[in-house]
Amino acid sequence: MSRTTEFIHGARDIVPMIVGAIPFGIIFGTLAAGAGLSAWQTLGMSLLVFAGSSQFIAITLLSGGAGAAVVLLTTFVVNLRHALYSATLQPFVRHLPTRWRMPLAFWLTDEAFAVVQHRYAEKDDSPHKHWYFFGAALAMYLNWQLCTLVGVLFGQAVPNLATWGLDFAMLATFIGIVVPMLRNKPQVAAALVAGAVALACQGLPYKLGLMAAALCGIAVGVVLERRYRLDLIQEDISCKPGA
Amino acid sequence: MQTWSLILGMAAITFAIRYSLFAWPNLSFPPVVRQGLHYVPTAVLTAIVVPGMLMPDGQNLQLTLDNAYLLAGLGAILIAALTRHLLATILGGLVLFFLLRWALGQLPI
Repeated sequence: MSRTTEFIHGARDIVPMIVGAIPFGIIFGTLAAGAGLSAWQTLGMSLLVFAGSSQFIAITLLSGGAGAAVVLLTTFVVNLRHALYSATLQPFVRHLPTRWRMPLAFWLTDEAFAVVQHRYAEKDDSPHKHWYFFGAALAMYLNWQLCTLVGVLFGQAVPNLATWGLDFAMLATFIGIVVPMLRNKPQVAAALVAGAVALACQGLPYKLGLMAAALCGIAVGVVLERRYRLDLIQEDISCKPGA
Repeated sequence: MQTWSLILGMAAITFAIRYSLFAWPNLSFPPVVRQGLHYVPTAVLTAIVVPGMLMPDGQNLQLTLDNAYLLAGLGAILIAALTRHLLATILGGLVLFFLLRWALGQLPI
């Protein structure tokens, strides 16, 4: 596929994620003023940080009177999951020059990761898959800026927008990404363990429970996958005629 | 000014994390790490979704029938399992969520 086609397909395939992010962006733009951010600072945060959940947590912490150190530490822990995304996609972008790798890393959100990972997993050997990444990431980025702006400009016009529960859109998006991935036992076990640990560790400071849960889920997935494979190999041996 | 420093700090931290492994193109991972990476999306996103559904206020377990996050979340899981369609899951989940919130008198209207 040509560069343009890849770019357009990337932007097209991320549209469902964009639909899920719209309410979240608007509510961020609306609530940031309550945390003491000016309109420019709110837009600046979306332009420069571009990480929905940590932006949301930051303004929640600031509204509660938290200091800068707490906000920065929480940002670090909450976004640590992106290091896992970075590791997952690294084999596919390692051949690219820095001028590609840097912006693609800047745009590496949960949503872009989910869409792009799918494209890289496809068997065709298109040399322009990074254009797909570029298209998906840029569409997500522009939408996030637009939604923040809408929230800043019009959010106050809707009474009690904060209590509507627009944050549910993010949960629905993540459910839509995860459920189709639960195709085998190790994946299901990874999900169950991650969910249980996340619940048990919800009280930990700086949202540390998120990373603890993710790492436990991953560990269980790997252990089961190894055991499962061993079973398959043994089954294979015992089924062979004459063995 | 203080707020701008905070924003720049958040931006630097977030970028450093996202660029962390893109910055080392020659690095390749041992098989166990590569295997683990297959479980990244499942584990990370589930760790966000489950507390979001069961503890919508972030503190207390809410295993009740007036918890719209839980009920609509279960509905979204069902839609996702049946259709495997992302947009249907998001839109169906949102419609279900707001219908429930409305029926339970939880919307400020």
